[in-house]
Amino acid sequence: MTFAQAPHVTLAQAPHVTLAQAPHVTLAQAPHGFLSPTGVEIAFLLVGLVTFGAALVTVTTRQLVHAALWLVVTLGGLAVEYLLLTAEFIAWVQVLIYVGSVVVLLLFGLMLTRAPIGRSPDADSGNRWAALIVAVAAAAALVWVVVDAFRTTWIDLDGPAAGSTEATGASLFQNWVLPFEALSVLLLAALVGAIVLSRKAKEESSSPPVNARGVTKSSRPVTESSDPQVRANPAEQEGTR
Amino acid sequence: MHLAYPAVLSALLFCTGLYGVLARRNAILVLMSVELMLNAVNLNLVAFDVWLSRAAEETLHSGQALTLFTIAIAAAEIGIGLAIVLAVHRNRGTADIDKLRDTAEGHGTDTPETEPGTEKAEATA
Amino acid sequence: MTTTTLAVLVPVLPFLGAVAGLLLGRTAPGFVRPLAVLPTLASLVLAAVVAVRQGGDQAVTAATELTPTGSVPIELALYVDGFAALVAVLVGVVASCVQIYSTGYLREDPRYPSYAALVSLFTSAMFLVVYSGDLIVLLVGWEVMGICSYFLVGHYWETPEARAASIKAFLVTKLGDVPFLIGLFALATDAGSFRITKVLGAVAHGGLDHPTVVALLLLAGVAGKSAQFPLHTWLPDAMAGPTPVSALIHAATMVAAGVYFVARLLPVFQASQAALVVLAVMAAVTMAGSGLAALAQDDIKRVLAYSTIGQLGYMTGALAVGDRGAAVFHLLSHGAFKALLFLAAGVIIHAAGTNSLAAMSRMSHLRDRVPDAYWTMTVALLALAAIPPFSGFFSKESVLGAAEHVATGHTEHAPAAVGWIVLVAGLVTALLTAAYATRLWLLAFRGRGAEAPDHGRQPLTMTVVLWVLAAPSLALGAFAYRVLPDWFDGRDLTPALTTSVLGTGIALAGGVITYGAWRHTSAVAARVPLGAVAAHPEGDAAQVEAEAIATHAPAYGDVASAPDPADPGRLLLGPLHRHAAVGFHLDAVYRALFVRPVQAGASLVRFLDREVVDTYVRGAGALPRLLGAAVRRAQTGNVQTYVSALLAGTVVLAVAALLVATGA
Repeated sequence: MTFAQAPHVTLAQAPHVTLAQAPHVTLAQAPHGFLSPTGVEIAFLLVGLVTFGAALVTVTTRQLVHAALWLVVTLGGLAVEYLLLTAEFIAWVQVLIYVGSVVVLLLFGLMLTRAPIGRSPDADSGNRWAALIVAVAAAAALVWVVVDAFRTTWIDLDGPAAGSTEATGASLFQNWVLPFEALSVLLLAALVGAIVLSRKAKEESSSPPVNARGVTKSSRPVTESSDPQVRANPAEQEGTR
Repeated sequence: MHLAYPAVLSALLFCTGLYGVLARRNAILVLMSVELMLNAVNLNLVAFDVWLSRAAEETLHSGQALTLFTIAIAAAEIGIGLAIVLAVHRNRGTADIDKLRDTAEGHGTDTPETEPGTEKAEATA
Repeated sequence: MTTTTLAVLVPVLPFLGAVAGLLLGRTAPGFVRPLAVLPTLASLVLAAVVAVRQGGDQAVTAATELTPTGSVPIELALYVDGFAALVAVLVGVVASCVQIYSTGYLREDPRYPSYAALVSLFTSAMFLVVYSGDLIVLLVGWEVMGICSYFLVGHYWETPEARAASIKAFLVTKLGDVPFLIGLFALATDAGSFRITKVLGAVAHGGLDHPTVVALLLLAGVAGKSAQFPLHTWLPDAMAGPTPVSALIHAATMVAAGVYFVARLLPVFQASQAALVVLAVMAAVTMAGSGLAALAQDDIKRVLAYSTIGQLGYMTGALAVGDRGAAVFHLLSHGAFKALLFLAAGVIIHAAGTNSLAAMSRMSHLRDRVPDAYWTMTVALLALAAIPPFSGFFSKESVLGAAEHVATGHTEHAPAAVGWIVLVAGLVTALLTAAYATRLWLLAFRGRGAEAPDHGRQPLTMTVVLWVLAAPSLALGAFAYRVLPDWFDGRDLTPALTTSVLGTGIALAGGVITYGAWRHTSAVAARVPLGAVAAHPEGDAAQVEAEAIATHAPAYGDVASAPDPADPGRLLLGPLHRHAAVGFHLDAVYRALFVRPVQAGASLVRFLDREVVDTYVRGAGALPRLLGAAVRRAQTGNVQTYVSALLAGTVVLAVAALLVATGA
């Protein structure tokens, strides 16, 4: 497959030519086989398996809260993978933001939308099989291309960590200051937007939107409902359907 | 380490998230799947950044910087997304993507499905 | 003014009157009556002046070619010989009488303006036919008459009979007009011109290549227009129109046009012996059949209609034996007394409130209610029955004399067989004519039973006209048979002794036999009450007549006949009566032969259109509809479905791009 080879060659040849005299340059003279993995690779593979399995459970489980918890495992596994790739800062950020805040947010969301506790038989929609086909096809295509392209590419993990806090911080505040500041504005906008959207709109219940069908019947604020029967009711309705 | 390992894992995670986005009914589960896809991208970015920083002596650390940005944006996205889901749920009484079919052609199949459920919820409340 | 100018003005004046009447009919109703009557009267005067100036001498001709029209030129040509001049006078007289009569007859009709305008247009078209020296211009008048007859016969379009009759008249005459048109083209191609003089010149020099074909094609049109067998069926049904229109159509215009046309182009027909034989057979069948049918009709106007067909048969018979002088002589006298008969019948229908002879035979004193109509109709019926010295006698004797002349082999221009056919048929018809004329008179005026209702005197416009027409019916024949040869071909029109004695004797016999039959049956009449009269006897004559026509079929079971055992015609005809009453089932034959197949063809086409063609159309629409349904199903409103399709497409595209890029 020449397409995949072409970048490989240029990327590999460029250092090879420029660093021809350097003895530690690896690409040409140190072929690494898949059948003799290093320890880091074995660790990566095992953690990767756990991560992928957790991800699979996340998207297939019928218990909504469990899905969120398995998502924690997936994201944590990813953090470990970052560590193995020597990107320690990213790994901690991953743990802090994803495991710490995003998943918590999601759990809150599940509760606020009266998600059923326990197995809900209709967690997957009707187009599950189409989704499966698309996903498998995409996975096959991607894996095929990626494996074909990067079969021989080797990451040298020795030496100073590529993603240490120092290196990352220096890079971020030397080269990426402007996007970083722009991102802060984006976060502020998202904060304001989320507040506006999730605020209980008083006037909404008195004058419902025109295009929303059945609004007047169901526009009662969700949080006011304290009856557990009501919370379970939509799921029952959908289950019996 | 072979670059193929993180790349393949990233691809698999991405497709898992893809399946979740397409197959899940609950909007919050869809959001979780979106997170999975974003994380797959992040893993790719980190892996290639590590490789390039060694192989090409690239010192910008663009991959890691972009990963950080992605994480921040994902956080913002999840906040906004959840707010939207909450608003929809408050208006419609459901967070099921199946039932949000206002753009359907012709007689939407959601009307007979949605109305009895919401009415019953109303009646028992 | 020159004779040519006067002759041009004759058709133009009624035409202008018609246009003005149509334009002013709604805005200025006061002008409608003058506009209807005055142009026609002026045309009559002009036609008389033209006739006097022409005086039977050399024909007045004029022609102008407006624009070149291809290989065979069409010219606005005028050709006024003795025939044309006298026929035009007849047309003028009858049309004027009809217009004057109509002002009284339709005095309360809301559609009188359009009616009067159409009658004017009709008159104008007939003048055009009479004076035209070019066959295409003649055809224009010919077709204008066709369309006017359609409108006028359908004047009472509220009644289904009138609607059906108008369509039938139009279709049947058109059926003849199509071969007529082809015949005209063939004739003009052979002769190289549409000018009548040039055509006749070509015929005289033997220039016709296919005389039989041309003559037979032209005969089809003549049969349609002049109501000759087998295209006569429209004429009895056309009685559904107002009586003045019937008078106009029967006496002077429409039906006379066919005879006049043959008279004009007689050399063309004489060029083919076969055509003369066909013409003679046609005339014989028409004469005898119509006489029998007339004897069985109950509607007074239908009796007259069949009598018209029979008299036209005399004219075509005269033409078949090559004597156009006799034919036009009979046309003139017949025009006078037939117009009188119809107009008097209109008065009688108005007075009696019914058009049924069976009902009239159960009314006494009808003749006292309408003395004018009684006396004039008596004159006209005597003329019709060819009793000397009324005009019909002389004209009919001239026809019979010409036939006898040919039958005895004195002439070369027609085969003797033709003469015999016409002579025998003419004598039989003379018997029948006298019989049905007597029957009509006896049933209408000698009825017994309840007194006829009294609606007061008839309008003066209607009665004066009757006397005006009675004069030529009475005296035209005796006066004209000496004068007319100067205007015509110069052949003697004096009655021959043999045929006169024979014809008159037969006619008297017919009258006496009918009288005897009537004496025998009239006793029954009192025992079988029958009859229905109009619901609005106080209305104007047109309304009464429309009601009478509309109620005839419900009251008597048929538009043509009535189940009246006291009818002398029933006794005379015996088992034939049933067939004669319906015109010898010719309508049924046509229905079976033409109408049914056409309807079957129409339903077949409808079936093919609905079931076959439409199936393809629907099938063509089904596939896009199916695709549309499929695509619509894709619009589920579910975002996930959309994204699934999007990503599936992306994967496919990516893989395809990869494969193409790598050349795999």
